[in-house]
Amino acid sequence: MFPFSFEWVWDMGHLVFHGGLWYALTILGIGMTYCIIKSIVDTVKADGSDSHH
Amino acid sequence: MDSALFPKGVQRCSMGKFFLGLSIAGAVLLWGVLGLFLCWIKGLNQTNMNDYYGFAIWIWADLAVIALGGGAFFTGLLRYIFGIDELKNIINFAVLIGFICYSSALLILAIDVGQPLRSWFIFWHANVHSMLTEVAFCLSCYFAVLTIEYIPLILENRQLDKVPFIHNLTHNMHHIMAVFAATGAFLSFFHQGSLGGVPGVLFGRPFAFREHILVWPYSFFLFTWSAAAYGPCFTLFITWITEKISGKQLVKDNVVQLLAKISGWMIITYIIAKIADTVYWAMVTAPSKGFALMDFYSNNALYGIWILFAEIVLCGVVPGLILISPKLRANPTTRLIAIILGVIGVSLNRWVLVLQVMAVPVMSFDTWALYYPSWQEVATTVLPVAYGVMMIMISYRYLPIFPQEVELNPIEPLPTETVTEIEVDKETAEEAMVSEGEPAPAQA
Repeated sequence: MFPFSFEWVWDMGHLVFHGGLWYALTILGIGMTYCIIKSIVDTVKADGSDSHH
Repeated sequence: MDSALFPKGVQRCSMGKFFLGLSIAGAVLLWGVLGLFLCWIKGLNQTNMNDYYGFAIWIWADLAVIALGGGAFFTGLLRYIFGIDELKNIINFAVLIGFICYSSALLILAIDVGQPLRSWFIFWHANVHSMLTEVAFCLSCYFAVLTIEYIPLILENRQLDKVPFIHNLTHNMHHIMAVFAATGAFLSFFHQGSLGGVPGVLFGRPFAFREHILVWPYSFFLFTWSAAAYGPCFTLFITWITEKISGKQLVKDNVVQLLAKISGWMIITYIIAKIADTVYWAMVTAPSKGFALMDFYSNNALYGIWILFAEIVLCGVVPGLILISPKLRANPTTRLIAIILGVIGVSLNRWVLVLQVMAVPVMSFDTWALYYPSWQEVATTVLPVAYGVMMIMISYRYLPIFPQEVELNPIEPLPTETVTEIEVDKETAEEAMVSEGEPAPAQA
């Protein structure tokens, strides 16, 4: 549920539960995005250095 | 046939033997799938649940596998956050077991909800006053963490690892695994706790109700503690089974002993807290609701005082004392006994707090309501076991689950094999020369 959903209420229950959920999902999402982007960069860099040699 | 997919430097059984094993587990799995589809197509009338038992054997299995899978989060916490380096040799297997346990728990829930297509309702139309909402949130997120922890293991397959991007992805995921492990520990603390909080807040059922610290009943903390304490026992138990079936030592003894020692101290501290909680409940909480201790353990065919003794003394104090004693821990037989007792102990604790809670009469006109599962419930509860066996078989065969396996089981080629390999190499070289246009050497 998002704050713009019609069921949303700005109370402690919604903030704690959904805040925790989105916090955890954000960490996982950012972590995986970082890994994938860094892997692409590492792979491209390695390919580039291979072609120089 | 599939040896190119094996981890480097290890031996595996023949393809026929492997498929035979898979088929046996697969037959059990199919029996479970039949029960599953009956429940989905015909509905929950396929179960023996009734007005007394809204929660039944599925929820017990759910809570038990989640506790047993606790070895993954606790070993991950010790390895990545507390930096206990020796545990790197068993963490892969702990993650695999955790992945199996949590995917099984979600599968069981998918049957239990009756309408799996509406499972997303719990996220979108969340009841923020329910501990089960917290369980659903944390369980789903933690399963995502376990998947993220399991992915690098799959990508480390010998053939996949040859692809540069996959190799880099595995390396980068390992590099920040501490972040995922910390998130997993945070999520596990809350969902294990909330599962314990569910019986603890049932003020209408004095057998389950416990006093609170703020909004959290004592059972909240006991559940998290017990999962961290007994989860490693399950990891060690499945490691022992895998070693026996494969006929190899897969983890060094010092690693097993270290995890057993940590588990032992966790069990001892947990069981002291559990005894204190039980004494307070028996002497203060239950009498304040009009019940004596023996009201919960008499006048029925199944639940005697033996179950309390078995859970706390036989499967709690005894394994704890064995595992903290260096001499008894070093002995493989007593260690195994302690590990098995630990696994039974935590499963018994979950049984009591799911099923005995429902059985105990509450009103003065009530009688004990015992429960026997239908075959469909049994089949769907056995299903995850078969699924777990198949997952372990496939993962062990193709993935480097045990980093010490090569060192502990060096392959010494037989003299005949070496000669054959040389001959094969020679033939391959000759074929290559011919294909490149060079003349083949003269045949003798």
